[in-house]
Amino acid sequence: MLERKYLAEKYPQEIQNILDKYPAEQRRSAVMPLLYLAQRDKMYINREDLQEIGDILGITLTEVASLVGFYTLYYDQPKGVYHIQVCTDLPCALRGADRFLAELCDRLGIQPGETTPDGLVTIEPVMCLAACDKAPMFQLQSGAGLTYYENQTVENALSLIEQLRKDASGRRVSARERGRDGNG
Amino acid sequence: MADNGYVLLRHREIPDLDSLEVYRKHGGFQALEKAVTRMKPAEVTEVVKASGLRGRGGAGFPTGLKWAFMDNQIWPHYVVANADESEPGTFKDREIMEGNPYQFLEGVAICAYAVQAHLAYVYLRGEFWQIAERLDSHLAAMEAAGLLGERLFGSDYSLRIRTHLGAGAYICGEETAMLESLEGKLGQPRLRPPFPATFGLYGKPTVVNNVETLTNVPRIIEFGADWYRSMGTEKSPGPKIFSLSGCVNKPGNYELPLGTTFRHLIFECGGGVPEGNSVKAIMSAGASSSLIVANDQALDTPMDYESVPNVGGQLGSASVIVIDSSVSIPWLINKTVHFFRHESCGKCTPCREGTFWMGHLTQRILDGTAKPEDVDLLYDVGGQMRGKCLCALGEFSIEAPRSSIERFRSEFDLAPSQPKTAVDQG
Amino acid sequence: MTKPVTLTMDGVQIEVPAGTLIVNAAKMAGVDIPVFCYHPKMEPVGMCRMCLVEIGRPVIDRATGEKVLEEDGSPKIQFSPKLELACATPVSEGMVVLNKSENAKRGRKDILEFLLTSHPLDCPICDKGGECPLQDLTMGFGPGVSRYLYDEKKHLAKQYPLGELIMLDRERCIQCGRCVRFQDIYAEDPVIAFTHRGRSMEIVSYSDPGFDSYWSGNTTDICPVGALTTMDFRFRARPWELRAAASLCTHCAVGCNLTLNVRREAVSGGEWVVKRVMPRQNEEVNEIWICDKGRFGYHYAAQNPERLRQPLVRKNGELEPASWKEALDLIAERFEQAGQGLLTLAGGRLANEDLFNLGKLTKGLGGKTVLYSHMGGGKLTSRVGLTPGSNLIDLGAGSGDEPPDAVLVVGCDLEEEAPLWWLRVRQAARRGAKLIVLNPRRTKLDNSASYVLRYPFGNAAMAVLAMVNALSQKQPDLPESVQALSRDPDLQAAAKAFAEARNALVIYGSEGMGLVESSALAQACANLLLTTNHVGRPNNGLICAWPHANEQGAWELGWEPDENLVESLKQAEALYIAGADPVSDDAAYQPSFGSDKFVVVQDLYLSQTARLADVVLPVQSWIEREGSYTSGERRVQRFYPALPATTALPPKAEAPGVRAASVLTRSAPELEGPQADYAIPALIAERLKIEALNYSNAAVVFAQIGETIPVFAGLTFQKLAEVHEQWPIVGRGDMYYGGTTYENTQGLGVQLKLAAPDAGQPPLAWPQVVDFKLPSLGMMAFPVTRLYDQGSTLMRTELLHQRIGEPYVVLNGSDAGRLKIADGGKVRITFSNTEQSTIVQVRLDNELPERVVLVPRSYGLFISGPTPVEIRQAN
Ligand SMILES: Cc1cc2nc3c(=O)[nH]c(=O)nc-3n(C[C@H](O)[C@H](O)[C@H](O)COP(=O)(O)O)c2cc1C
Ligand code: SF4
Ligand code: FES
Repeated sequence: MLERKYLAEKYPQEIQNILDKYPAEQRRSAVMPLLYLAQRDKMYINREDLQEIGDILGITLTEVASLVGFYTLYYDQPKGVYHIQVCTDLPCALRGADRFLAELCDRLGIQPGETTPDGLVTIEPVMCLAACDKAPMFQLQSGAGLTYYENQTVENALSLIEQLRKDASGRRVSARERGRDGNG
Repeated sequence: MADNGYVLLRHREIPDLDSLEVYRKHGGFQALEKAVTRMKPAEVTEVVKASGLRGRGGAGFPTGLKWAFMDNQIWPHYVVANADESEPGTFKDREIMEGNPYQFLEGVAICAYAVQAHLAYVYLRGEFWQIAERLDSHLAAMEAAGLLGERLFGSDYSLRIRTHLGAGAYICGEETAMLESLEGKLGQPRLRPPFPATFGLYGKPTVVNNVETLTNVPRIIEFGADWYRSMGTEKSPGPKIFSLSGCVNKPGNYELPLGTTFRHLIFECGGGVPEGNSVKAIMSAGASSSLIVANDQALDTPMDYESVPNVGGQLGSASVIVIDSSVSIPWLINKTVHFFRHESCGKCTPCREGTFWMGHLTQRILDGTAKPEDVDLLYDVGGQMRGKCLCALGEFSIEAPRSSIERFRSEFDLAPSQPKTAVDQG
Repeated sequence: MTKPVTLTMDGVQIEVPAGTLIVNAAKMAGVDIPVFCYHPKMEPVGMCRMCLVEIGRPVIDRATGEKVLEEDGSPKIQFSPKLELACATPVSEGMVVLNKSENAKRGRKDILEFLLTSHPLDCPICDKGGECPLQDLTMGFGPGVSRYLYDEKKHLAKQYPLGELIMLDRERCIQCGRCVRFQDIYAEDPVIAFTHRGRSMEIVSYSDPGFDSYWSGNTTDICPVGALTTMDFRFRARPWELRAAASLCTHCAVGCNLTLNVRREAVSGGEWVVKRVMPRQNEEVNEIWICDKGRFGYHYAAQNPERLRQPLVRKNGELEPASWKEALDLIAERFEQAGQGLLTLAGGRLANEDLFNLGKLTKGLGGKTVLYSHMGGGKLTSRVGLTPGSNLIDLGAGSGDEPPDAVLVVGCDLEEEAPLWWLRVRQAARRGAKLIVLNPRRTKLDNSASYVLRYPFGNAAMAVLAMVNALSQKQPDLPESVQALSRDPDLQAAAKAFAEARNALVIYGSEGMGLVESSALAQACANLLLTTNHVGRPNNGLICAWPHANEQGAWELGWEPDENLVESLKQAEALYIAGADPVSDDAAYQPSFGSDKFVVVQDLYLSQTARLADVVLPVQSWIEREGSYTSGERRVQRFYPALPATTALPPKAEAPGVRAASVLTRSAPELEGPQADYAIPALIAERLKIEALNYSNAAVVFAQIGETIPVFAGLTFQKLAEVHEQWPIVGRGDMYYGGTTYENTQGLGVQLKLAAPDAGQPPLAWPQVVDFKLPSLGMMAFPVTRLYDQGSTLMRTELLHQRIGEPYVVLNGSDAGRLKIADGGKVRITFSNTEQSTIVQVRLDNELPERVVLVPRSYGLFISGPTPVEIRQAN
């Protein structure tokens, strides 16, 4: 069997740093950070990456892939370049989060859970994000990581999306770099 | 906290407390140095025991006792700080880690010394990605300053602390699920016994403590158990951060002595409920709580581990969600049940099937498609889950629906025609 | 022994060993506590919550430490407010368990109701229907009506193949996790897993091929509902229509106990057919498991249009149908002429009775018997092998002051060569036994080993001698390289652990070896056992991972392989070949079958060898007759007829077991259709008036073995059929534990006594070892065994053949690079000894030493031992 080395060649130092966090005989612990590493590469994790992570850690593809289904922050299907996740859990809902989400989606012409037609932004509701006192709020996920936006209005959110759109069309760059700009 | 100033949210008084230099200028890491250089591990545990500190993660288990349970026949030992903070209505650990991170990390280090662990993890919920990045740089600063690493303060003791991110699963706040997750597996709770103090991370004795719990520790070591006991009540000593949210004018974190009344928190600190509405119910342990009927007796109840149960609630992690008269109770329990249904890990039958079934019923009740018996059925299904689940998630999930059927029954009979919430009606 | 604990179970006082879990204590007392996730072969996980019971414990006075008493003097019992898990709670002194109280019953009903909210209740079309714990429990304890709205039930995929062998019905899965845990703990193939959460939690497999494991079928047995089914059984029959025949697996030397489920059916033209193969419990052999080869690889032995049905006799150069009388008369005449020139070549798949009669006939004529095998050492396994009372399940950490047991596995890819031993040795290691794996390359067993040692390809015997040398320096004039090896600290530590072990045994295989090399290895292993005193006691001794089910039996009956088989075949005047097909293995044998030679072949099919014969005789398969095999652990076990014998056309249906297929009428001329392998030599002997051999009944033949062969002394079929109670108890009314694994009611078999040393050959002898070195130029091929090969038994399966790829060899990556061959590319391989030259696929393995080529046996290339080869890129 020839092993694929895409991640290993692209992120050698990052992988080493992740492995160094755990006792040598407990490599499997590194699976979640490695999944994040792969996800940041293209905003979702494909089968080849899952297999490579398994090979790095000496566990099966099935073991790696099963985590992606269990943990909601991992994606095995491509979605928008950005994910806007609005907390609509009880405390936020008591401060108007459901309405905020509905209006935001309305203004973008999509349903919650859908992606804008240009493939840029996916908007979905999520469970409590530990920002209950600053609702309405959402988190923005991109290739560069994850940022909270608190005390939001629909107008704020729309102008943020407008900004993301401009950044994305201004330059033809990789999803990863676009993600970084989005958080800049 | 007029007399003592803040114990936990000290960054509110001291600017830039998240810089190592500033933190050290304000006495930071003296407690760690004192522990490592002048106290035996067991003495540290004794002081924490004497302080009466109880776990702030929800269960209120005495912290010193937990450390003392560590099995000394099996090595190595580990410490895992629980920074998963996912209970709806809870946002205190996040503020600590953002504002006063070094005090928390110092607490982790002292705990690790007390149980002689050489490796500690901070398990953060995946959404705390930025906090984790900052903690990583704080940890690097500590290593550079010799506050972590080999031979601390010239002693034989060495310690490393690492962060680890979860990925969107509330259940990983449950300590054994957290350990599974940290081992790279599905975050599903383990059958207990054995408890983490004998069989924890990688099968080795492990202390799991909440962020806020550990953030108390440096101050306890510095000022002593008696100082600590001067705050709060006899059985629930010390300060506590109350995360106040829901229908209040000034939501946020409030550090108050345990035993402060609900009334003080909601009206003095939180500025009361909006638009002249009245408080209808209080959920004091986030989505996991039963609904306390907010009468005068309840409002005057001291918020501590012993008193809250007297009014039919739990203190839990002290995430106080205020429900005012505009909120429909069937709507509310549909929200909470939906949360548990989404977060049930699926491992045990009653929770997996029960939360799903309850969610089915609450949705029907809300939509107006329920039959009259469905409210009783919902109550029964909850009762049928009670006492049978593998972990507390399943047990928590029935608190809100069952208590609200008991205490707000009349709202269910009207449910279909009622507005969802005042807020959502817009 | 641990102190027994007394407790009360539903009012009855029972005594069980301390540490026993309540479920198991109940089972011992004949009380059924329902379980789904718990399985007695695995640690409790407490997932399903089905086993909830009420538990009371005596109240102890804190001050005095004494039990508090009630007024009537009985101990005061405090019941816990919640129901507790019987599957995870160990018994304690004075405990009171209520399994039938209203509270316990209500708890059970509650859990069942939860499970049924998501269960499809498609029992009428479910393959588990009739042997389903969920169905039984629902009838027993479930709520009469469901309060869940069925029209709003969530529907999930009912046909979700986890691979070509196993189908998952997602609606039926109750998330007990038995399958996932089995694959992790026993199979060490975590290729199925749970994913998603809550009510969406489901089983998935992402491996390629799906559910890539030799053990997948076991999950369908332990699945407590019909969620996992085998592709060859689902929707093909209902369990209650099936008859169960006790049988044995013939694929390797382990001797797994099987149940063949058969029925007579219209779709098969009214014939009896095998519908499925299941394990049969034998805790001393296979416990309740079997590998997928044993489960799915039976079709070759069942009715099949290609089976031989009549004798064939060569006339004018063509094989033509003939009567038994004609064929047997001709054979008798020609064998008599050949006399000492007769050579009988028999395969290790033949039963004890067959080999006994074949041997008697051949010896009676003064001819020569040869066992067709690539492995040697059977004299030693018979003399220093396992003794009665041995059971791998007893191996472990040792108790008290006793040191741990040790198992040395050498020259063997154990999971490929003897899967169940791999599973059991691995469990022994998990229990604390010291496992030493001594191989020329990495195998899966390394993962479980305390000591992983390597030797250069070709040096297996030397490596074991180095262990002996490290301990006792007994071996005279060892080559310097061995002495160097014996100074290796890891090897010394392993040797020491072996020597000091409470019990120690050695399993050797044929990794990279042929007959000569494996014989030398066996001797070296015997020396290690003898010099460390690990012989003659249960669980000590030498085991060979023979390639066939009854090779140990063949040796015990005096059969041995021949190092110069090609030559011997050439020189023989007449050949009698049974259960062997040398010509399809190696074209080099073909010239030995010249036209001047009289050749008789008895087989199931018209094999390559049979095509060259003068007379071909059809035989009954092991499914159609009875007999006995001797396993590698020297356990003699019986198999019973499951199907009536394939007849001369047209087939007639008969109830299995009612009229045993091998019961023949006395008058030979009336013989029709295939006969048992033991009957044919007896019929020939009768014509030659050599010795009265029995041809009518395997039991009689076996009794003769018992009378004449010392190690079999006193054995009869009745003895082999004896059973005693086994733990865990499976397959009774409740079925919770074993799923549908069959209880063993027809014989656990008997282990043989050690053979007495014969005067000429002391067991402790020093083998001739050559310091084997790879050629400095060119490549060297070594044979290896793969569980799934292209042998005739697997190519005829309904499912498994899909897992067998095209012929291939394995190369090291840098050799491949030098030859400019990529993974999956094609090469031409030419064997230096035979000039045999073929184009095959290449698989790469970077852990393989350079210049080594692995050639799987029975995979399109013939290789009898280490052989120099030339490898070139093929376009
Ligand atoms: C479903 C569930 C979720 C939990 N979530 C958290 C959490 O987010 N943070 C936390 O500190 N404890 C949480 N806990 C409690 C932990 O299991 C554990 O009791 C706690 O971390 C112990 O720390 P403490 O003694 O310092 O409170 C949770 C428990 C359950 C059952
Ligand atoms: S109670 Fe829920 S979350 Fe806890 S183990 Fe059971 S299914 Fe999982
Ligand atoms: S929880 Fe005891 S058998 Fe499943």
